[in-house]
Amino acid sequence: MKAQKYMNPYLAGFLLGLVLLGTIYVTGRGLGASGAVKSVVLSSVVKVAPGHASNTPFIKSYSEEHPDGPLKDWLVFEVIGVIIGAFFSGVISNRVGIKLERGPNITNKTRIIAAIVGGILFGFGAQLGRGCTSGAALSGMAVMSFGGLITMVAIFGSGYAFAWFFRKLWLK
Amino acid sequence: MGPLVPFMISNEFNLIIALIAGVGFGFVLEQAGFSSTKKLVGLFYGYDFTVLKVFFTAGVTAMIGVLLLAQWGLLDLSLIYINPTFLWSALLGGAIMGVGFIIGGFCPGTSICAASIGKLDGLAFVFGGGLGVILFAEGYPLVKNIYLSEAWGGVLMNEMLGMSKIMFAVLLTAMAFIAFYLTGLVENRVNGVPTAVNERKRVIYASAIGFAFLILAVIAFFPDSKNRMEARISKTVIQKDFTSASVPADQLASEIVNNYYRINIIDVRDTAAFRAYHLPFAINIPYEKMAERQWGKILNQKHKVNYLYADDKQVAAKGYLLAGYLGNAENYILNGSAINFRKLFSNLTPPGVAANKSEIDTYNFRQKAATDMKMLVDALKNSSEPVIAKTTKIKGGC
Repeated sequence: MKAQKYMNPYLAGFLLGLVLLGTIYVTGRGLGASGAVKSVVLSSVVKVAPGHASNTPFIKSYSEEHPDGPLKDWLVFEVIGVIIGAFFSGVISNRVGIKLERGPNITNKTRIIAAIVGGILFGFGAQLGRGCTSGAALSGMAVMSFGGLITMVAIFGSGYAFAWFFRKLWLK
Repeated sequence: MGPLVPFMISNEFNLIIALIAGVGFGFVLEQAGFSSTKKLVGLFYGYDFTVLKVFFTAGVTAMIGVLLLAQWGLLDLSLIYINPTFLWSALLGGAIMGVGFIIGGFCPGTSICAASIGKLDGLAFVFGGGLGVILFAEGYPLVKNIYLSEAWGGVLMNEMLGMSKIMFAVLLTAMAFIAFYLTGLVENRVNGVPTAVNERKRVIYASAIGFAFLILAVIAFFPDSKNRMEARISKTVIQKDFTSASVPADQLASEIVNNYYRINIIDVRDTAAFRAYHLPFAINIPYEKMAERQWGKILNQKHKVNYLYADDKQVAAKGYLLAGYLGNAENYILNGSAINFRKLFSNLTPPGVAANKSEIDTYNFRQKAATDMKMLVDALKNSSEPVIAKTTKIKGGC
């Protein structure tokens, strides 16, 4: 069976806006993503190398602020939901399957390395910028946060500024 | 009134809410095509602006929704999480994320979506994201200064631009629609094929634009729930006769002495006046702050009778009306001001020799009430200390 077409972007945006609005109404906070990765990763560091964690100020203060760990973290639960929701969507639209998507002129290996490097940069930047595209930019826009909006401008501005240098990764 | 957490929904159940919100989030992201890295980076090369369309529509929808809920009095904007602004770290962090976006082809949320449907590059990106977090944690001392500098707190966009919220909302909405139109042109040019927009779609888009601005107009031009309540109160306060709801000072003093545990004495004046002098056991709920929900348990209960007072008769009456609108408790107004109450129950001068019986009785009653009140206040000092209500700060962000 062929994969189905994607939803109209405006309709998808409207629905996403309603999800975000509902979340803000019920919980008083927006959506996020990178915070869940942070919670899992930093808690793992605390578990695996407790001595090292207590010597690392950032991890130490994080685990003091979040004593309950990832199993009581709002964003971790939200991201578990994201995985379920995305998988469900993939199933009904015939898009599930082991796949690797890459630009036409690069090898699979290059794509994986680029994805990891991009992930590292995004993970680092999201910590510095206190949130990623979901937590800072999207949720920030909904509540008109200045910080969220300048983060958004910086993300997309820098994306455009560097797009030319990395065009070989994506274009013919 | 929202947000429902933590007042109406416990923090534990909130995790279930998180799961549900996440399912909606993930489902929509995947349906929109955000699990495909080619679709995402199309934004930067001009062949596919899906990201911008989805993102902007979602942001504008949620923003208008937030304003509308606030207008109806359903959402307390002072309680929702506003991402704090740290100027340099936001800009530098954003710039680094942008590079990560163009190299890796995802952002954290979309990479999780992609990994969920089996995309290996998505999984690799999530893995890299974890490494990035560790890298930041280890290198934190190096970036600490940037991370913490220029902390402006939870400032809002409209405050920075010196305009009202609704004005900013109108501008951002207009910007979104203009961006949709222009990026459509770019898309057509880069792809070399114009996307056909049929008649039906055109009608739908036009009505969506109209609908967005209609709601913005409603928010801009109709008084919000607070103003409507205020208008109602100002009108009623003139017309209504409060005699039956008023209680003389002597009666209140007797209630304090005998039934202090069954009454709430509410001082609706401002905090400065309250600090200068207040009735025994009084709780300070300034009139402007009565609608805050920490007072719900006092204004909306059936166990204790509320006695409201102020220095100004009008203010006390307004407080009484507002208390009636906000809750179902039994409310009364103290007849006369706080100053009057103090006069009656302190520095009592014994009646002269020519005083009649009722004057002597009154004096004796007040004298005893004053002593008893003082004794009670001293005895219950610890339990009557105002409990500082802990306002739970909602955490958010990533």
